[in-house]
Amino acid sequence: MDIIFKNVTHIYQPRSPFEHIALKDISLFIPSGSFVAVIGHTGSGKSTLISHLNGLSLPTEGEIRIGEFTLTKDKKPENLMELRSRVGVVFQYPEHQLFEESVRKDIAFGPKNFGVSEEEIESRIREVLPAVGLSESLLARSPFDLSGGQMRRVAIAGVLATKPEVIVLDEPTAGLDPRGQKEIMEMFYHLHHSENLTTVLVTHSMEDALKYADYVIILNKGKKYMEGKPEDIFIQKEALHQVGLDVPEIVEFIASFEEKFQTKIPFHNQSISQLAQHIAEQLRGVG
Amino acid sequence: MAKPVISFQNVSFRYDENQPWVLKNVSFEIHKNEWVAIIGHNGSGKSTIAKLLNGLLFPQKGEIAINGKPINEETVWDIRKEVGMVFQNPDNQFVGATVQDDVAFGMENRGIPREEMEKRIDETLQAVGMGEYRLTEPHRLSGGQKQRVAIASVLAVSPEVLILDEATAMLDPRGREEIMHTVANLQQSKELALITITHDLHEVVQADRVIVMNEGEIWDEGLPREIFSKKDELQKIGLDVPFITALAAELQKNGIALQREPLYGEELLEDLWTLYSKM
Amino acid sequence: MNNLMIIGQYVPGDSVIHRLDPRTKITVIFFFVVIVFFANNLWSYSTLIIFALLSMFSSKVPIRFILKGLTPVWFLIIFTFLLHLFITKEGTKVVDFWIFEFYSGGILQGIAISIRFFLLILVTSLLTLTTTPIEITDAVEEMLAPLKKVKFPVHELALMMSISLRFIPTLMQETEKISRAQASRGVDYRTGPLKERIKAIVPLLVPLFVSAFKRAEELAMAMEARGYRGGEGRSKLRELRIEKIDIGIYIFFIIVAAIVFATRSYG
Repeated sequence: MDIIFKNVTHIYQPRSPFEHIALKDISLFIPSGSFVAVIGHTGSGKSTLISHLNGLSLPTEGEIRIGEFTLTKDKKPENLMELRSRVGVVFQYPEHQLFEESVRKDIAFGPKNFGVSEEEIESRIREVLPAVGLSESLLARSPFDLSGGQMRRVAIAGVLATKPEVIVLDEPTAGLDPRGQKEIMEMFYHLHHSENLTTVLVTHSMEDALKYADYVIILNKGKKYMEGKPEDIFIQKEALHQVGLDVPEIVEFIASFEEKFQTKIPFHNQSISQLAQHIAEQLRGVG
Repeated sequence: MAKPVISFQNVSFRYDENQPWVLKNVSFEIHKNEWVAIIGHNGSGKSTIAKLLNGLLFPQKGEIAINGKPINEETVWDIRKEVGMVFQNPDNQFVGATVQDDVAFGMENRGIPREEMEKRIDETLQAVGMGEYRLTEPHRLSGGQKQRVAIASVLAVSPEVLILDEATAMLDPRGREEIMHTVANLQQSKELALITITHDLHEVVQADRVIVMNEGEIWDEGLPREIFSKKDELQKIGLDVPFITALAAELQKNGIALQREPLYGEELLEDLWTLYSKM
Repeated sequence: MNNLMIIGQYVPGDSVIHRLDPRTKITVIFFFVVIVFFANNLWSYSTLIIFALLSMFSSKVPIRFILKGLTPVWFLIIFTFLLHLFITKEGTKVVDFWIFEFYSGGILQGIAISIRFFLLILVTSLLTLTTTPIEITDAVEEMLAPLKKVKFPVHELALMMSISLRFIPTLMQETEKISRAQASRGVDYRTGPLKERIKAIVPLLVPLFVSAFKRAEELAMAMEARGYRGGEGRSKLRELRIEKIDIGIYIFFIIVAAIVFATRSYG
């Protein structure tokens, strides 16, 4: 599903002493099948932006189209449930949403609400468990007996079991150790391709955005500050610093290398080993 | 060498008899004015070390001493004055209704007189850069600000040891930077023994020494650059190395012989420059 | 949800009323509430109304905040008024129209009761508008202090109160977050039969409880780590002090009370 924002503004508690403009005149286009990273500081409007994607919020001004669904100021789409079943959201610390007595029931909760049949749910559970790296032996256990990392996987399985076409990830790796972070991101990256998903990733990690996203949107104080391909955005060190963001470490290093050695290393999202090879060649005067 | 502030001797711990050991025969020492980072994947036992140091847990085997004084049921209240702790969740350790009440909490527990409290609240809030927020309520603060208040609260009882138990894990990069900046300054000026338990490699690089935990045991211990030179082994136990270290390792593979294990970009550039000028 | 917070919410300020010792405010309000029930004629009511309005204006809290705080009780005031209007059949008949029969006694009593209501709510909401919850807690702790002698856990009670107050905004945010997460998983809080809507609360309540317990556990550990071991031997940062202005208010209030008792009708 294509996602289109047309001049979207969102104001919390308009015309009250608590009025707060969270999004201001945002227009964007996220084509179906893309992997988009949304970056910005706390309070930049990221959370408000993604809460529009499944109709939890409606724009105060402007229009949003998600596939055939339209969201405007006073018009919720006719079938909000249908929208929510097709746009899955993995919230920050999603393990906080677990509540059922067994892992099986918790995973089944979403699809059941969306009217999926029992047999279909059962087959989906068998499908998503290996995808999130959990064994079937956990199905009968209480989710509250699991480790933090496992609980998060159960919560993610619950979102995947609704078979969304768009998946929204709000800092999905927060609080995990480096191995857990990597596993979770690799998992979503794999699913993005195998399930033909449209993925919207909210993150603070420039490294993750660089590694996984094919398009980056930078928000600042509720406005769209920059957008483009990661390799084009992340080389703009000055512009990023201006809104208090850092460039990925590899970009930082390339920039200082170029300065010291008075040379150019074009940045094309190369891996560390590609970069090392390039530098080695340059030093030997081959490149 | 001077007497260590913290000594862990052959410490083993488990939550109860039917459960596996969380820590197995762990020994180390930490000195005054030393910054030690403890790393390890979740469940490696690193947070248990923090709780043992503060007498929130007691070991089944071995002995833990602070300034030569062993931690046990009798000494624990004195020990807690020496060992300050900041936990992971900024919300769940903010006791006071306002910033100044929270900073006062630890001092009130120790019966410190009012005038002295007033003075120390000012001092410590200044020290963590929160001087203007004395009367602010917690829900109006960011996570990073709350953690800085937590640090001020701990400092107010002037401990000798400060432990940050994943205190930056729930913060955004800006909040993390604020905290680490504050802590690095305080450690220097107050000559604290600082222990940071963390996954953040930038924090580890700044430490004087690193202790790597794995499966409840000390897997390795050394200078950050020594530890990070073992990239492949670290990755096997679920840990990462900083970008510069990883790049240096790749360069070595490409036949670039570096003189040292660089931790910072400038170091690597210098080494490369030296090599380049010889070529 | 934020709208709810306005009711009785503290409005920061530096007025006389704000600066009063919370114990003074609580005591005066307590006796005011008692005296309101003694007023029974124009003079005694006027005295109390003047006192209430004077307090209101000297608090410098914007009128709209006060009125907003009263919104949920307007209904109650009007309802009581109508009740008296229809039920009390004393005095002379003033209105006789179709099924309506209103008596002068009913109207007067209706007005009196409504004024009573209005005064009670106005004055008590002034307390919460000008006093932080933590000041109220401090005052309660101080005022209940004599009960310590009979082993009543006054300190613990006050600490519980202040921690609960401290966590209200946190838990409200949490509720909001979890309800959004569950709504995204297809929970519908707004439509459907009542039974379904009640069932929809379970996925909200369970995670809230789980997280509240976890918070409590972590908080207890953090408090212990910071040397908390009960009320004994603790010093206090917050100190309540009766100032000249408090004495002044007590005297003023005694005069008001005296006027009420002097002017009310007896017999």
